[in-house]
Amino acid sequence: MRKEDTTARPVAARLEVENLSLQFGGVKALDGVSLDVAPGSITALIGPNGAGKTSAFNAISGFYKPKTGTVRLDGVDITAVPARSRAKLGLARTFQNIALFRGMTVLDNIKLGRHAHLKSNVLDALFYYGRARREEMQLREEIERDVIDFLELDHIRNVPVAILPYGLQKKVELARALAMRPRILMLDEPVAGMNREETEDMARAILDVRDEWGVTVLLVEHDMGMVMDISDHICVLNFGRRIAAGTPAEVRSNEDVIRAYLGSAAEAPRVEAA
Amino acid sequence: MKIGTAKQSYGADEAIFKTDTQRVWFAILLAILVLYPFIASGYWMFLAVLVMINIISTTGLNILTGYTGQVSLGHAAFMALGAYTVAFLDGRHDTPVLLNLVAAGSMAAAIGVLVGLPSLRIKGLYLAIATLAAAVILGFVFLNWTSVTGGIRGLNVPTAKIFGFELATAETLYWLVMPITVLAVLLARNLFRTRVGRAFIAIRDRDISAEIIGISLLQYKLTSFALSSFYAGVAGGLWAYLFRVVRPESFPAEASIFYLAAVIVGGAGTIIGGIFGATFMTLVPELLKLSAQLVTPWWPDASIYIAPIRLIVFGLLIVGFLIFEPMGLAEIWRRIRRFFALWPFRT
Amino acid sequence: MERWAQLDWIDLVETSLAGLGTGSLMALTGVAFVVIYKATRVINLAIGEMMMIGAFVFYGFAAGFQLPFWLALPLTLLVSAVVGGVIERTMIRPLLKDNPVSVFMVTIGLTSILIGMVELIWTAEPRRLPEFLPQAPIFIGEALVPAKTGYSFLIAAAGIAVMLLVFAFWRGGVALRATATDRAAASSVGINVPGVFAFSWMVAAMVAALAGVLVGSVGGISSSMGLFGLSVFVVVIVGGLDSIVGALIAGLFIGWLEAMVGRLFGGEFKLLATFSILLLVLVVRPYGLFGTHEIERL
Repeated sequence: MRKEDTTARPVAARLEVENLSLQFGGVKALDGVSLDVAPGSITALIGPNGAGKTSAFNAISGFYKPKTGTVRLDGVDITAVPARSRAKLGLARTFQNIALFRGMTVLDNIKLGRHAHLKSNVLDALFYYGRARREEMQLREEIERDVIDFLELDHIRNVPVAILPYGLQKKVELARALAMRPRILMLDEPVAGMNREETEDMARAILDVRDEWGVTVLLVEHDMGMVMDISDHICVLNFGRRIAAGTPAEVRSNEDVIRAYLGSAAEAPRVEAA
Repeated sequence: MKIGTAKQSYGADEAIFKTDTQRVWFAILLAILVLYPFIASGYWMFLAVLVMINIISTTGLNILTGYTGQVSLGHAAFMALGAYTVAFLDGRHDTPVLLNLVAAGSMAAAIGVLVGLPSLRIKGLYLAIATLAAAVILGFVFLNWTSVTGGIRGLNVPTAKIFGFELATAETLYWLVMPITVLAVLLARNLFRTRVGRAFIAIRDRDISAEIIGISLLQYKLTSFALSSFYAGVAGGLWAYLFRVVRPESFPAEASIFYLAAVIVGGAGTIIGGIFGATFMTLVPELLKLSAQLVTPWWPDASIYIAPIRLIVFGLLIVGFLIFEPMGLAEIWRRIRRFFALWPFRT
Repeated sequence: MERWAQLDWIDLVETSLAGLGTGSLMALTGVAFVVIYKATRVINLAIGEMMMIGAFVFYGFAAGFQLPFWLALPLTLLVSAVVGGVIERTMIRPLLKDNPVSVFMVTIGLTSILIGMVELIWTAEPRRLPEFLPQAPIFIGEALVPAKTGYSFLIAAAGIAVMLLVFAFWRGGVALRATATDRAAASSVGINVPGVFAFSWMVAAMVAALAGVLVGSVGGISSSMGLFGLSVFVVVIVGGLDSIVGALIAGLFIGWLEAMVGRLFGGEFKLLATFSILLLVLVVRPYGLFGTHEIERL
């Protein structure tokens, strides 16, 4: 199925996080967290509220500067690479609160995902000639074929994002991340706030993305049913530390995890519905 | 009535004018622009040239404020930069008109990048105040750098000469300003069909996620400042050729607010909005003058009150559009078109 | 330079004192700005014009109707409060849920409306306010302070002190602070948030009007006196948009700076100096010297 032109799908990446620590003022958000995401796997990062999942995400995607620790993509240390340059390296992410560009159409939002891969400059753009024209045409074709068809967004491509229902917005954000041609896709609570049907739809989309695009997926999610269903590997955080890691079955039976989630009142007052 | 159009290729779907109807309308518009000088004269030609200059400037501010979301309270200062550049080059060195205009734009763009630099650290309203500060400082330079700017007396601007023709009047200047305006608007339209324009809008809508998807805020904010100021500089240069004198008070702070008002009233973030806004706001004072003349027989003092009434009307237009029609005249226009597209069926 | 030829200590002290006098008025106007910003997060670009309106209303009462000072001033404050309330209700509240830039632009429109109204009623001619402050100059050591400057400084200081006390102790002030911290939480503990918004605009309009009367009594009034607001923006940005103490300190500093620069280099350098300071602060410390640094959330 794979074509050997510009549309060739990128190769899944390995992500290694070692000894990551992050501090806000006096609060330790992350305390020596390590994580190994195998290429082509679906890995989930779970934990009770405030466990540091989103902080870990932000640190991995370059949004927060970690105090210590390294982030490696296929063995290359990217800890010091600024967030915007990570897009080009093949690291794409979505946000917990949808971070789409609300004033723009679905199509333009998705096109933006490819921004870092395009080259036309202001002058090309003003005259819409040569490189700009070529690039834009090719971009449109690829996006229609690889993303819009794939995620079945044809009917809404010219609709402004702001008026779409929540579930579709989440899907458009996934589409935009895919347009970045990621080698590793980071999804921050992809199904939060969705109903059963939307959740299943999204879970299927994530599995399809992994299978068809061959990307590595790292996700943070509260919906335990979904996490257990689709993950190959799960890493559990609590109070900024990693307390367990393994297959869904291993994690489910881990004592520390059960305690973290159900909580012996004194240690973990916040109880999370699993 | 028209239901929809089937496009054969993505290219057709990405075009500026997507349907034959639109192409026909554009051709008609161009024809009107070419024929206008043959039916209008004198004051109406002057107004037309002024409107077009304001369209160029407003489109420039629209790129920065409407599309990129960076509010500027110093736009007029960039027009002044362009105007002074033209006055200086043409007056002292007798350089060709087109070169002067490009220089005017480039000069404004260069300073625009400088003024845009704080936008990397500060946002929104703080940035607006910073642009105001920059405008105050530029005004100081215009007033006090007498050897170049002529100080308080300003500079006289020679007649624009192009290919041996003297463009001494609005009638002749029209043929310089009109094509430049059409070009400026089309270029701006093109911009927003490409990655550069999308990056601008992304920064406006959500700068943090723009950065995550690989948009360099530094590069694009400065690009937006440069483009916006370039447009202002060219507009200012043309303004200099129209009024033939440039003084420190030619572009006061109120002028910056005028362009901001034009962007808001026309519709921020749409090209056609800039055109509507600039036209409308330029004609409002004229309408006021006209109505003052009409009522003078019954109210002899009417003309005294034009200036304050103009201020009030400007203010009310800004406030009213923000509250009741935040998408501006462009949105009203869209509704009208939609109505007629489906006419005679009610929607 | 000739300007510096007759410079001596007395001269510098007098210039400084005059500058502090102007600075106290900037600080007072700055406080009006801060009150609005604290409660509603609105950057009110029309603060200078609200000051101007206050000054002209006072002129109307004191010169037009020939009312004595002790009657004209309270009436002015009352009218100003109404004007502030009307502005909030008709122009600001409809947009509070929109993005802050829209509201900001509304205040730009407001400047234009207010200037137009003043020119419509009183024309663009500059005017003098009736004298209401004692005339005998004040001496501090050997330095002379013009009476108006001295007394307006004292009144402004009293005004700022009242505002500080109100914010610290009075229930309404506390409600305002609570709203500033968290609208949703304030509303959930029973604070009438729209009421607080309207109230903050009314208070700010009164404070601005008081500043306008004082500024007018020193330098006369005109439809362009709102330009004073330009220096006030510098003051609140340097001091921090949400800090009354910041407005106070920055006001005195900017007033002093403008006076010194004016004395040493000439009046045309005043705005250059303040706006250069402004750019510097914006780039180095955008939230001001005493402002709250808001952490950006994803």
